[in-house]
Amino acid sequence: MKDLLALYAAFFRIGGLTFGGGLTMLPMLKYELVEKKHWVEEADLLDYYAVGQCTPGIIAVNVATFVGYKKKGIPGAIFSTLGMISPSLIIVSILALFLEQFMSNQVIAHAVAGIKVVVCALMLNTVVTMAKKTVKNVTAAIVCVISFLLAMFSPIPTVLLVVCAGVFGIVLYKMGRFKE
Amino acid sequence: MRVFLDLFIEFFQIGLFAIGGGPATIPFLMDLPNRHDWYEVPDVANMLAVSESTPGPIGINMATYAGYNAAGFLGGIAATLSLVLPSLIVIILIAKLLDNFSKNMYVKSSFGMIRPAVTGLIATAVYGIFRAALFTDASGNFRFPVVLFLVCLGYFALMSLKKLKKLHPAFWILCGAVMGIVFKL
Repeated sequence: MKDLLALYAAFFRIGGLTFGGGLTMLPMLKYELVEKKHWVEEADLLDYYAVGQCTPGIIAVNVATFVGYKKKGIPGAIFSTLGMISPSLIIVSILALFLEQFMSNQVIAHAVAGIKVVVCALMLNTVVTMAKKTVKNVTAAIVCVISFLLAMFSPIPTVLLVVCAGVFGIVLYKMGRFKE
Repeated sequence: MRVFLDLFIEFFQIGLFAIGGGPATIPFLMDLPNRHDWYEVPDVANMLAVSESTPGPIGINMATYAGYNAAGFLGGIAATLSLVLPSLIVIILIAKLLDNFSKNMYVKSSFGMIRPAVTGLIATAVYGIFRAALFTDASGNFRFPVVLFLVCLGYFALMSLKKLKKLHPAFWILCGAVMGIVFKL
């Protein structure tokens, strides 16, 4: 039980002190898990990251689950995951509670209008960064454009588009046409 | 009770199919208002702003916020737990059964095509965010605010600069808030 609580506390700290998920969390994970607790080796952590990126779900949560499982089996995985999501649950719920009251304030309304412009720019930045990382050859570019057009103009559910892209990748591999 | 079952079904699906971390959840979150009245598409812009400027993984913050809008504090918990449940199951299975999962060629080839497809999906979601946050006026009609659009592109150009790349999204959100107050947007 003591080990499980230690896992919960460590991932609570990581979740509560890191802004942004994914790769921005790597330095914090490294500090807490490799340097401070000596729970994992740095090379292992990078492997967990690789797995976390190509499995469904939030990357930081996947890494937490993986480390927890390696330390203490299924209970370890559950406690680590809960530790990682607890700070978000508390902080975002409190913010959401006040946001509704804030929104009627005139100054806040102006601020929100300004924030929306920046959020658009941030999203543009996210998609450009992702495109640089994921669209590495002509086939990938075609898949990217087709999925954009289908999501934009057809009623095909998002889930189905993801599944089809995965199947297409395996078909390419079977035909000997898949490039890494 | 019904709302919790719906939250579970929707967010479990998102957790299972959003591959590529937090941003990959956005296309699914833009799609949700078509089926449920938990929040409107324009609210996704607010959700993004809150999620980017609070601690924790962005995908988790988004789920908490969406769930909170649907059914209060417990809704936030239900949505978040449903979102991470598929990860929990999949990761435990992988840790248990498969060595070198990420080096497996089936995994590599399918995800090699899923990632660019997800980028395309996110591009669609970005268009949706622009439409909701910039191209719609207070009464819901289409508008094209030329100045704001150029300001937005200006912010994007600044974010892409090498020297400013490391700046945290919360910094840009703060800039946006100050700009909104100063110019009474």
